[in-house]
Amino acid sequence: MKLKTALLGAAAAFALAPAAQAERGTDGELKLTFPQAVSIMNPYLSGGTKDIWGSSMVLEPMAGIDPEGNLIPKLAVEIPTLENGGISADMMSITWKLQPGLMWSDGTPVTAEDAVFTAAYCMDPAGGCSQATKYEGVASVEAVDASTVKVTFTAPKPNPYTAFVGALAPILQKAQFAACTGAAAPTCTDANNMPVGTGPYKVTGFAVNDTVSFEANPNYRDPAKPAFASAVIKGGGDAEGSARAVMETGEFDYAWNTQIPPDSQAAMAAAGKGQFVVAFGTLVERIEMNTTNPSADLPEGERSTAKHPHPILSDIRVRTALSKAIDRSILVEVGYGAGGKPTCNVIPGPAAWASDNTACLTQDMPGAMALLDEAGWVDSDGDKIRDKDGKKLSILYQTTVNPIRQDFQALIKDWWTELGVEVELKAIDPSVFFGGDAGSPDTFQKFYADVEMYANNSDSPDPEVYLGQYQCKNAPRPETQWQGENINRFCDPAYDAMIAELSTTTDIAARQELAKKLNDMVTKDSMIVVPLVHRGTLSAHSLTLGGVVMNSWDSELWNIADWYRMK
Amino acid sequence: MLTFTLRRLLVAIPTLLFISLVIFLLVDLAPGSPLSDIPLTIPPDVRARMIAALGADQPVFVRYLLWLRQFFLVEPAYLFDSWFGTNLANGAQRIVSWQSRSPVFDIIGQRMPQTLTVIGTAYLVGITIALPIGIYSAYRQYSIFDQLGTLFAMIGFSVPTFFSGTLFIIIFAVWLGWLPTKYDTQLQVVDWETFKEQLRQMALPVMTLGLANAAAISRYMRSSMLDNMTQDYVRTARAKGMTERTVVLKHVLRNSMIPVVTVIALGIPSIFGGAIITENLFGVNGIGAALIGAINASDLPMVQTLAFIFAVLIVTFNLIADVIYGLLDPRIRYD
Repeated sequence: MKLKTALLGAAAAFALAPAAQAERGTDGELKLTFPQAVSIMNPYLSGGTKDIWGSSMVLEPMAGIDPEGNLIPKLAVEIPTLENGGISADMMSITWKLQPGLMWSDGTPVTAEDAVFTAAYCMDPAGGCSQATKYEGVASVEAVDASTVKVTFTAPKPNPYTAFVGALAPILQKAQFAACTGAAAPTCTDANNMPVGTGPYKVTGFAVNDTVSFEANPNYRDPAKPAFASAVIKGGGDAEGSARAVMETGEFDYAWNTQIPPDSQAAMAAAGKGQFVVAFGTLVERIEMNTTNPSADLPEGERSTAKHPHPILSDIRVRTALSKAIDRSILVEVGYGAGGKPTCNVIPGPAAWASDNTACLTQDMPGAMALLDEAGWVDSDGDKIRDKDGKKLSILYQTTVNPIRQDFQALIKDWWTELGVEVELKAIDPSVFFGGDAGSPDTFQKFYADVEMYANNSDSPDPEVYLGQYQCKNAPRPETQWQGENINRFCDPAYDAMIAELSTTTDIAARQELAKKLNDMVTKDSMIVVPLVHRGTLSAHSLTLGGVVMNSWDSELWNIADWYRMK
Repeated sequence: MLTFTLRRLLVAIPTLLFISLVIFLLVDLAPGSPLSDIPLTIPPDVRARMIAALGADQPVFVRYLLWLRQFFLVEPAYLFDSWFGTNLANGAQRIVSWQSRSPVFDIIGQRMPQTLTVIGTAYLVGITIALPIGIYSAYRQYSIFDQLGTLFAMIGFSVPTFFSGTLFIIIFAVWLGWLPTKYDTQLQVVDWETFKEQLRQMALPVMTLGLANAAAISRYMRSSMLDNMTQDYVRTARAKGMTERTVVLKHVLRNSMIPVVTVIALGIPSIFGGAIITENLFGVNGIGAALIGAINASDLPMVQTLAFIFAVLIVTFNLIADVIYGLLDPRIRYD
């Protein structure tokens, strides 16, 4: 806890420190290292975070998101709102205005046509655009004049800040990508690896899955930035190696995603060359309860479907007991250290959107036992495993192969065994678990187990899409080729109705209220989702690097233009 | 000899085709999806479209035939074009990595130099250390030096590179601060300073791999020397009054080298294959790191192409070793 407080304090101190007024290119080279190397610099053709963070140094959207979750203008003059007329009164369109005099790094002007082209590029069904959701519900994008872009939606859109907002939806240069639309998108290797952008850096060299080199963009809109003349992202290795290169050997200035065990964190911080920084977004490690019967005795196609309710977990008292038996603060201490905190919410942030649900934070073993007794699960044959009607209280608990998750499994198994629950553990290779192959019995969607553990998050501060996952219609089942996000097969008409209400509610305070209610419905009211740990992204930076402010709502490198070398 | 070589080459063609099919099916049937790495926030319908854009939704035999065409026709055409400025390929689709969307052969071209420099140097260093140790250990069998040599070989054999590499990092980079832990692939050797820098950054991976290589070769050298040391011709040489130096280094060593040379030659394809663990540990962007990265990302075209190139190299070097036998030892005749 002490370390965490110290880290947060240090991060805050950096955030408040006034940026040194340097000139462009006076601070030498900025060296970043990522445990996974950048594969491609076009975020529309990659879902990988490493690629998106890398490209965010070069490509920019109309607006970004600051660490508090608020929109900030990047290429736009200001954020369009209902008040300033940027959003039409019927919520059918949003109009962005580009800053005057913007230039691409090759010296040509940025125009509304580039934005129109970008939308068409991603909306082309043959292109396989990975950020297609950002342009969902867009009817047309048109250039009103050279610097004004109007996005029209097919239906009123209470949250129109999707297209051209954040590192996932930046603007591409039409001149460079004009021949790369549709099926030709992946073939434009040069454009995809070395896109021309408006950001503080421009790409000068790209070695696939290894190194990206940059130099300061001579046409960047702020003539005093960036302070560094060049930058490099070296990828590969593992989190431990990346952290070591910043914290112990000092070879690098910044390492992204240095999620290492808490004891290694403390040892590395002691070397005195760098510090860990953490940002908390919405990533929550959770246990998901299966509401349907995964028994292997059922015929294939009916297993884990709504046809057969779960024989044990359908009882909310059992689900609640399982949650009560878990001590979340021990899990954090063992697995994440400064990089995590206990939570009871699916939506743990931003603060305005998070429910005040904290009841699960204290472990309550007697309470859990009483609940199971009440539900009729008692140990009648003295084998320390509870049973009911001749059936044992036995649970299959699956997750991916990952050292922290296996630690969690062992700890939680101990607690549940103490409760009198027989627990069988299973660990699946992540590429299979998350691979979504309908032919495999081991995908997290198929859920041929009683409970499973993984992490998920919302990709925007507004959780409408994320909460929408738990709608009845999104349950994976044979008819959908086992695709779908509602992996618990949770089905509550009241929940679906509230999601529909959320999608038409425009008032921000009302939206936040609804989100909190929805969060409570899947967590404390139903115990369908049992959140464990609110995970942050832990990164490390050298003590000589100034200006780093962690951000979990946008690219972690969102303000890289402001970074400087401390003298 | 010539007919033997030609016959072996002809046999190699169906063998390689069969190997390519087996690799393709194995990689394809292995669990995992090229999209298992992307965030869960990307919904299923978008995923389906991304899979279709990769061409990964096609039946396996369509993809196999397409790959064969690309490997044997399109890629050589591009190579020919780049050498002679012709336009044989005419914009045909190359083998493209699913992970990075870059042509697989461009990636291999980018990575081969690092692998050859680092792994090749480690191999040379390994041989240079191993031969003297092997020779002297055999000459002074059961001496202290021989015991130490055996200990060294045992350590080299039994300590995995992920352990010895991390140990070297902690000693030489963290405690002593002498050497960098991450290989800078952008470094251009232009003068004395950058050359020294290159040597420094190669030191740790070369040490790690050199230790493992030296261990194996020194044992071969030692046992081969011991076999020859007791031969009649050695006694004859001594009886003729030759110096120990001539006996050991001229007579025994030459004859002992034949099996060792074979072992060294057959190890050469592994230089091209890179070293998966060591390359990853030190951030050397070689072929090994590319292979493991592609396997983790279920990047079928990349894995398939690399695995097939390794198969070609192994078949080729086996053939070369056979031919060299014939040249080295006149008693071996293939015709």
